[in-house]
Amino acid sequence: MALTDYALESGTSFDLNGRTVTVDGPPSERLSYALRERAGARDVKVGCDAGDCGACTVLIDGNPVCACITALGQVEGAKVETQVGLAANDAAGKALVDSFQRHQAAQCGICTPGMMVSAVSLLRLRPQPSEEEVRDALGGVLCRCTGYRKIIDAVMDAGKPVETVEGGVGASIPRVDGLPKVTGTERFGDDVAPEDALTLRVIRSPFHHAAFEFGDLETYKAETGLDLVLTAADVPGKNCFGVIPGFEDQPMFAEGKVSFKGEAVAAVVGSTELVNALDLTAFPVTFKQLSHALLPEDAASVDDIHRNRAENVMCRGFVKRGSPETVMSEAAFVAEGSFSTGFIEHGYIEPEAAFARRAGDRIEVHCCTQAPYMNRDGIALLLGLPGDAVRIVPTAVGGGFGSKLDLTAQPYVALAAWLLDRSVRITYTRSESISSSTKRHPSQITMRIGADADGNILAAEFDGVFNTGAYASWGPTVANRVPIHASGPYKTPNYVARSAGIHTHTPPAGAFRGFGVPQSALAQEPLYDDLANALGMDRLEFRRRNALRNGDATVTGQVFQKGMGIADCFDALVPHWQRALEDAAKANASGGRTRRGIGIAGGWYGCGNTSMSNPSTIRAGVTSEGEIVLHQGAMDIGQGANTVITQIFATALGVSVSSIHLVGPDTDVTPDAGKTSASRQTFITGNAARLCGEALRERILRLANVSAHADISFADGWIDVVDAAGAHRIELPSLEADNGTYVLEAKESYDPPTLPLDENGQGVPYAVFGTTAQMAELEVDMDLGTVKLLRIIAAHDVGKAINPLLVEGQVQGGVAQGIGLALMEEFLPGRTENLHDYLIPTIGDVPPIETLILETGDEHGPYGAKGLGEHCLIPTAPAILNAIKDACGARVPNLPATPDKVLAAIRAIQAASPTADGELSPAS
Amino acid sequence: MQFHRPETVEDALHLMAGQPAKLLAGGTDFFPALGGRRTSDAVVDLTGIASLSGIARSGSSWRIGAMTRWAQIRDADLPRQFLGLQLAAREVGSIQIQNTGTIAGNLCNASPAADGVPPLLALDADVEIAGPDGTRVIPLFDFITGVRRTELKPGEIVTAVLVPDAPASRSAFLKLGARRYLVISIAMVAANVVLSSGGALDGIAIAVGACSAVAQRLRKLEENLTGTVPGSEDFQKAIAEYGLHELTPIDDVRASADYRLAAVRTLIARAVMQAVEGRG
Repeated sequence: MALTDYALESGTSFDLNGRTVTVDGPPSERLSYALRERAGARDVKVGCDAGDCGACTVLIDGNPVCACITALGQVEGAKVETQVGLAANDAAGKALVDSFQRHQAAQCGICTPGMMVSAVSLLRLRPQPSEEEVRDALGGVLCRCTGYRKIIDAVMDAGKPVETVEGGVGASIPRVDGLPKVTGTERFGDDVAPEDALTLRVIRSPFHHAAFEFGDLETYKAETGLDLVLTAADVPGKNCFGVIPGFEDQPMFAEGKVSFKGEAVAAVVGSTELVNALDLTAFPVTFKQLSHALLPEDAASVDDIHRNRAENVMCRGFVKRGSPETVMSEAAFVAEGSFSTGFIEHGYIEPEAAFARRAGDRIEVHCCTQAPYMNRDGIALLLGLPGDAVRIVPTAVGGGFGSKLDLTAQPYVALAAWLLDRSVRITYTRSESISSSTKRHPSQITMRIGADADGNILAAEFDGVFNTGAYASWGPTVANRVPIHASGPYKTPNYVARSAGIHTHTPPAGAFRGFGVPQSALAQEPLYDDLANALGMDRLEFRRRNALRNGDATVTGQVFQKGMGIADCFDALVPHWQRALEDAAKANASGGRTRRGIGIAGGWYGCGNTSMSNPSTIRAGVTSEGEIVLHQGAMDIGQGANTVITQIFATALGVSVSSIHLVGPDTDVTPDAGKTSASRQTFITGNAARLCGEALRERILRLANVSAHADISFADGWIDVVDAAGAHRIELPSLEADNGTYVLEAKESYDPPTLPLDENGQGVPYAVFGTTAQMAELEVDMDLGTVKLLRIIAAHDVGKAINPLLVEGQVQGGVAQGIGLALMEEFLPGRTENLHDYLIPTIGDVPPIETLILETGDEHGPYGAKGLGEHCLIPTAPAILNAIKDACGARVPNLPATPDKVLAAIRAIQAASPTADGELSPAS
Repeated sequence: MQFHRPETVEDALHLMAGQPAKLLAGGTDFFPALGGRRTSDAVVDLTGIASLSGIARSGSSWRIGAMTRWAQIRDADLPRQFLGLQLAAREVGSIQIQNTGTIAGNLCNASPAADGVPPLLALDADVEIAGPDGTRVIPLFDFITGVRRTELKPGEIVTAVLVPDAPASRSAFLKLGARRYLVISIAMVAANVVLSSGGALDGIAIAVGACSAVAQRLRKLEENLTGTVPGSEDFQKAIAEYGLHELTPIDDVRASADYRLAAVRTLIARAVMQAVEGRG
């Protein structure tokens, strides 16, 4: 009988990237796990373990498959190819390495192996594929960073001749950290643990709100053979963490009561084989369900989650200027409406991962993070250690978007490694990641905006309720930031905005690209359309008329004399808008069941913390061998900080980017560049890099006693300095060294100038605002309610584009997330905890995106540059919503605008009045 | 823990007779169902049985081997009665899923939203099952009995899907989801039609998925539509007035029940028109 019983044989043999390997491991094990953990193929990434994300794509006998849903035993005798092998040895793979680098098709890089492996399979069959063929071939791989457009460009462009771009500020150079991402050698959070590390898993609440008791944990530990069982009782420091001073309210392990489904109650630690085989549902804990509130309107009727926060109100925000109530009554036209959005999951493809080890009296944590120093201080408090006893060594980050600012997996492995004096690792499962990490705040917003008969905005009133979940996280930031931004980038002389963050029994809502501003734009921008339509004005023209200009006061009374670029953004869209209007009229004239619509929206975002100090420090040195070393602590989570900061520093120092050696954000060797959030790194760390480069340059020029315009170049052991007066050579070994590491060292900080807000929210909250206007063109199927995006055109004033290609990548990625917010995304606790029920856009859902880069300069930004990360997604969803209404006449105020909601809205206006064009009427 | 990779159906049946075993085919449902756990059951991997893979016609019947992958179905050169099935194959998950997922796995997983079921119902497919007591053939409609429930008994395996040859039949498939790729259907409709020389519907089969626990044929509507000219007023009226009593859609994270019913009417009309026009 031809039976094969692998359990009796010695491993599974197959060809891996051209060499025969025999892998010992259970043959029913996931191939992804076996490849990563047993065959060393860490280029195979794991994002979901369910075939939903495609990150683990490998070729088996030439066909792309997900290794996570393939059994190791199924590849016996097969040919398995992964990114590392293809990038090194395959013609198509090598061509893709070049074109992915050239197009910056890898941002964070976590989906890149899946994308490139899938693309190799396509290019072998179709060396010059169409865009549709590329989409079909890559449709099974999710990307959350790029918006897919650069990936499509790269695949279609593979094999074309390469022209290398070099340069400092203003040049579209390839990412300085790009090569490892496109060759499979980048190391992310789950890629760095030593082989002998123990594995930790967290025991979590299956209920939204419950009391709990443990059984006999000692017996459980003994019977299972675990090395350690952890609960709140084992936390040596203060069992709470958070990100806002005064709001550190989240326990590492719940104490007696859980307040959201997914909250940690305990952890188990043991050998990887043992822990992976463990049935976590058998952990000795019993829960008793308590009544819960998942929505803010129910929060006052359940017990307070936190003492001193009555009726579960976490905090409120307020901005007032002028006399909105009085002036509103005098407005010729008033538009008003109520709008809502749900929880949005960040959906990075890399789940939270970390490993920790103890080194004497210090603990070292390797993790994917956006905020190394904040993580350091948070872990120190939990472990009861001084800050400098904790070292954070960030790995590459496979997407963050705000959620990897907060502590997640790190404290658990830190505590276990501290107690056991062994290396301990953890990687969240996808459902664990979705159920326990922070989210974008759900919003319920009511807004009124009044205009005079000429189309000038007179007044606006805004009330926003934000579901902040069980713990504060960045909720106070959202509550503060929204009232400052809810006017949009428009002159609003009379204004009041009230916000409230309300606790519920849901995962904490925290930071997510925009901190509440995308939600407020989803109220303000649709109402602007209503006003324009009521006035009979063109919607773009109406916005241009009201756009803030240099010299105008914002709703906090701040006046910019330079760099308020929103009018420039609208101006740039005018020809596109005219063309799109004509296209839509033509398309709709021919009838049919699809209707074309176009929409427009503006957006703005203040870069950095709100009225709070948030400095960055950059350190750089020159070794006696003449090497320039840049200690760059701004976490690059895919957005490009490593490249941007290096370009700025190189320009300030006056050298080429390629001459700089980068040292990453390790808290032991690189100073604090603050967190990667609030679109602050290019602006704030960029300024620190500029100052540092200038300081180092000045020292060198002084040593040579030459003019400011001298050229400097570094060589082995000396610096050559040349100006009109002649050449000078600085022999580095002959100098008295600054310290044991560097002959010459410079360290500079930058903290943006802001002023506190008074009781009416008046003041100078940000030194810099970036602005944007976007338009969407789409079709609505009037019988199915489906929306097909045709094109997005995005105008962005970035002050100065340090790297225009990176700007485009940020814009396209932000737009894609805006598309998800508008059309498909909503996290429902307990219901959408995977990547097939929680939908993010695929490569087939993102239309061509045209980016118009405007450079109006800035008073404070380095070389005039402003931040960009958050801005990109703010206008996208409102532009889409406005385009839907333009197409079909129906507004969908409660997002996401899924087909069922769009169709219901269409049917509702058809039922109300077959000719209705909106709900607006002149105010009496 | 045992992992078996038999090369014949007989060996597979023999293995399964002796022990409770988990069947593995493409793995697209097997592994997600495990979540973060590992299985301690014996696993019988059926993908090593060469005779279970491939599509062939014998006499008046087409035989699609149980382990035939969706990619094979998608790329096969087949008559137009299978166009709907091939369009469904293109919509199964992604290329990665199509490269491993099998036709029998799709049926045995018995998801209400299985992409393969509506087109196979519209093709009047039967399921061939081998077991310790020999081979039996039952209609697909009887094979899937509920959400995640089938007629498959312990010790049995599906060996093939059998489809009667219908050279005059043309077909279509429409899937409605909230995004382009990797999406679970809100609703889907498969249609197979035969036209008279005058352009009226001589024969019609309509199947709807994701709107009931098990995908349904709309036999009464098929009756009402027979004799109408696709696109005509009678045709539209028959669809508009039909009660859709076979369907019992639910509200879930993907869409409301009301929406599903509304969308299905539109999809039925469009699918029939697409089948008539022979668009791919």
